[in-house]
Amino acid sequence: MRKQLVVDPIACVGHGLCADLFPERIVLDDWGFPIIDPREINADLAAHARRAIEACPTLALRLAPAARRP
Amino acid sequence: MTVNAIQPRRAAADAPTGVRRLLDRADVPELRLLRGHRSLFARPAPPRRARADLISLVERSGLRGRGGAGFPTATKLQAVAENRGRSVVVVNGTEGEPASRKDATLLQLRPHLVLDGAEQAAAAVGADDIYVCIDRTNTGGLETVGRALEERRRAEPGGASITLLASPPRYVAGEETALVHWINGGDAKPTTTPPRPFQKGVGGRPTLVNNAETLAHLAQIVQYGPEWFRSMGTDSEPGTMLTTVGGAVEKPAVYEVPMGLRLADLLSAAGTPRGVAGVLIGGYFGSWLAPPAVEEVPLCNEALRPLDSGLGCGVVAVLPADGCGVMESARVLSWLAAETAGQCGPCVNGLHAIATTFNELARGSGRSNGVAQLVRWGTHVEGRGACRFPDGAVRFLRSALALFGHDLDRHASGFPCEGARRPLVLPARRTVGGWR
Repeated sequence: MRKQLVVDPIACVGHGLCADLFPERIVLDDWGFPIIDPREINADLAAHARRAIEACPTLALRLAPAARRP
Repeated sequence: MTVNAIQPRRAAADAPTGVRRLLDRADVPELRLLRGHRSLFARPAPPRRARADLISLVERSGLRGRGGAGFPTATKLQAVAENRGRSVVVVNGTEGEPASRKDATLLQLRPHLVLDGAEQAAAAVGADDIYVCIDRTNTGGLETVGRALEERRRAEPGGASITLLASPPRYVAGEETALVHWINGGDAKPTTTPPRPFQKGVGGRPTLVNNAETLAHLAQIVQYGPEWFRSMGTDSEPGTMLTTVGGAVEKPAVYEVPMGLRLADLLSAAGTPRGVAGVLIGGYFGSWLAPPAVEEVPLCNEALRPLDSGLGCGVVAVLPADGCGVMESARVLSWLAAETAGQCGPCVNGLHAIATTFNELARGSGRSNGVAQLVRWGTHVEGRGACRFPDGAVRFLRSALALFGHDLDRHASGFPCEGARRPLVLPARRTVGGWR
């Protein structure tokens, strides 16, 4: 299934580790909170995505089925 | 049971024929009492199981929610009815929008109409528990509805259990996941979705959350029929709506108008003696629109959406020609920043930064790149909260920059508008109270 990375904005407290571990799809805003590129995660990037997910201290990141976009 | 079996109980000939439907004969005090109300409206049947015929009736009416999102009510009813287990109905009468008082007015004048709608909705989805939530600062509404419930308990025992709750007076507390979380004993703050309340709400049960006005329309649809309901309004947004008209108008009040009415007609009824520099549609969660084009706009979401605007909860606030949109917007942005639930980083930090910078620019003490920062922060904040609150704040910001950007530049260089020192006209509300 096609997957995309999503963040739970309530759980996220802006540690910012994810952006270090997965810069291909995550940048931080001016306050240190992740801005996530909504494109789907292909096989080449899956390992990096998993590394970011596992490193998140508040378990705020996950892979979810890609939202259908018009 | 056949679908579409239910017929309106009363000939539509007895239905209100004028534009005042919810507020028909609102000046007759007897109609606020159960006995008077029952002379016009049949008692809703107690819920036994979900009633497909009622949902079909609402679907044919084309009713859409009047709380802000404008979502088709039948779709919402259907989603709750389809889920397993006894469900719950929540009447959302919180109205945390400072410029709105249409729900407070409706609850005061027609409490039994709203309660009938709640009971009909409960019958439609198979709910035996109803919670009525009213902002605890609305003491008049709490008293009126409390009395109305007493009348019903005495005269009409049985049926769904109805509980009246005084909710925290915060804007975000009226968001449906926040309200459900609060009823469940938590803070009145939005929760991560999914699950949405129709899946898992009060007590973990499927929950229908509807705005008070929406339910009053539903009661009239059951009584008078969907064809009657559709005889006003537009094809895609039928019926009437309650709108709170405020700001620089002669007659600030709650008006009932057909959906799709030209804004100019509403403004001429309310009177705009100081002229119009801008109209805030949809309230503090809405957007500024500029005259003269705005006056030709029909009051319906279909026409407003292409303008990046929407009816929201039906607020129309007028900025006078001699007013200052920059100072008005600065105050609204400060209020929005103070009303964040404080849960999501981009909302907490972004709205604070936006409000601070906008206010600095308005006072002539901002940095030269201030406006560029506002635009950038807007794009950073949008879509990044658990609820749509930050999105609404950004929409308001964008419309303020579009309409008053030139004025803001002048303020920032030390040349504020002439109107900057006049008293502000948009109704304000101080942020008070906690989250329980």
